[in-house]
Amino acid sequence: MAAFNNTDLAAFRGVWVFCEQRGGKLMPTDFELISEGRKLADELGTEVCGVLLGDGVEGIAKELGGYGADRVYVCESPRLKDYTTDAYAKLICDLVMEKKPEVLLIGASNIGRDLGPRMAARLHTGLTADCTHLDVDVSKYIEFLRESSTIDLTTQKFNMEDRNLKMTRPAFGGHLMATIICPRFRPCMSTVRPGVMKKAPFDQAKADACIIEKPAFSLQDSDLRTEVLEVVKATRQMVDLAGAKVVVSVGRGISKDVQKGIALAEELAEVLGGVVGGSRATTDAGWLTADYQVGQTGKTVRPKIYIALGISGAIQHIAGMQDSECIIAVNKNDTAPIFEVADYGIAGDLFKVVPLMIEEFRRVTAK
Amino acid sequence: MKIIVCVKQVPDTTGKVAVNPDGTLNRASMPAIINPDDKNAVEAALQIKDQTGCKIVVVSMGPPPAESMLRELLAMGADEAVLVCGREFGGSDTFATSQILAGAINKIGLENDDLVFCGRQAIDGDTAQVGPQIAEKLNLPQISYVADIQLGKGEVICRRMLEDGYMTVRAKTPCLLTCIKELNMPRYMSVAGVMDCYCKPLCVFNYDTLKDDPLIEPDTIGLKGSPTNIFKSFTPPQKGVGTMLEGADRAACAKLADSLAEKHIV
Repeated sequence: MAAFNNTDLAAFRGVWVFCEQRGGKLMPTDFELISEGRKLADELGTEVCGVLLGDGVEGIAKELGGYGADRVYVCESPRLKDYTTDAYAKLICDLVMEKKPEVLLIGASNIGRDLGPRMAARLHTGLTADCTHLDVDVSKYIEFLRESSTIDLTTQKFNMEDRNLKMTRPAFGGHLMATIICPRFRPCMSTVRPGVMKKAPFDQAKADACIIEKPAFSLQDSDLRTEVLEVVKATRQMVDLAGAKVVVSVGRGISKDVQKGIALAEELAEVLGGVVGGSRATTDAGWLTADYQVGQTGKTVRPKIYIALGISGAIQHIAGMQDSECIIAVNKNDTAPIFEVADYGIAGDLFKVVPLMIEEFRRVTAK
Repeated sequence: MKIIVCVKQVPDTTGKVAVNPDGTLNRASMPAIINPDDKNAVEAALQIKDQTGCKIVVVSMGPPPAESMLRELLAMGADEAVLVCGREFGGSDTFATSQILAGAINKIGLENDDLVFCGRQAIDGDTAQVGPQIAEKLNLPQISYVADIQLGKGEVICRRMLEDGYMTVRAKTPCLLTCIKELNMPRYMSVAGVMDCYCKPLCVFNYDTLKDDPLIEPDTIGLKGSPTNIFKSFTPPQKGVGTMLEGADRAACAKLADSLAEKHIV
């Protein structure tokens, strides 16, 4: 293969999304990223392509079209059934070098965060981790800054023709935001936080029109230096925090009676049709398993209602829930930082307040 | 056999984070600590040393004060330390950092039964990119998110965590692993270790030490060699003040429920 020249920016066109599958099923983040990719591709005047690797996965590819993919590249082999760094990085890098996409988005899952950096290093390009906002169009980016930053825009100069992908991510638990660009190399690569980008409504006609393409590839056993001996799914059903409309989270404040605290949160969640989550303190203490954790090192949630019970509001936690539509906090300490982001605050003992809250929410939801 | 462990000194962000008026981080206001995941990586290496007597070399890229962190790791039980330090390395993004650390590892030398450990990610950047990027530069197989390590003959078998379970993965050595906190509980420095740590070798690699490595080119390291640039950095606006409901009683709860019902939130 001829040397891959990735500094001839004009030669790169198209927005690609790595579509992760586990056990032959697409991940919810795939739909979020295809929807976001559609938005970016429209701004760039180009197409959105999904890249799907697996074994016997062609049948699930069309669904990606329903969220905006014009085309899906499907590579199938028994060697691709389970994710391995070597096989996936080789195939996608080879395809990138051949087809030259301008943008490549990858979900920031434990797999995406293994694959993305390996590929960026091989392709000699930049990768921005765990992005929460993406823009191409400069006027839209300025609008985003107007809403989401304290920057004085009157002092800023922008090149309105700039077609770089502007990748924004939180740093230091959301205390700082940084917008990163990759101006000299292509593709611009970004891993994107699951649960952050909005999924577009599914459109069956678009799904039917989606083109499935099966590019030729070569993959030898010698290309694989790691071997997956087994894949074990957690026996327990994992809690779907990212997809929940209502999240009721508990924190250190339940320490007085952990079981009762969790039971109260569960009951409140049930009344509102939601799920239970927890702060890092609760998962570190083993009161809840890691999949319940909301925050910078856990999951990002943006439900309609987020209720924080006995959570003081460490920056790591706030980073994972501050975009919720309505935040309600109950904490004994009326100066707890959680009240700074809450729409409604009650300073009091959660063990006394929550039972009353359950009754009152029952009353209004019964109407 | 030896294990090279890559570590980073980071500001402790678990307390209060101070931001300068220009939107950059006020590092001076926060204590410097060993990055937590990196400490798990060092502990994993120490446990293998306890079993096999292998050698442990800790490597860090950072400013001269990072030496104190390396001394601490020598006191925990590491055998040698390398501080990669130079003006030319400043401003590196993850790509350029991995380029430099891979160059430093080449200089130390990797044998067939050697291992490279990194923490999964550093708390000041949360990128989790440098480990896999070093593996790529050194052409090593990688296993990330490692929660258990079984050492075999010329191979390792690791438990690699996923969000919904785990994979058991085998790799031939030499290979690179990135470690998570579930792997172990890092030990403290011992008194004897503290006494010893100033007798153990700590070398500094600067640009001149590494410049003959093909990875170390002026256009692949430092700010100039970084593919990514910061376009803007800013602080998010404070959210509008919410309503504190007076009295932690039924009236407050009723007011809350009515208010949400009125706004059709419930």
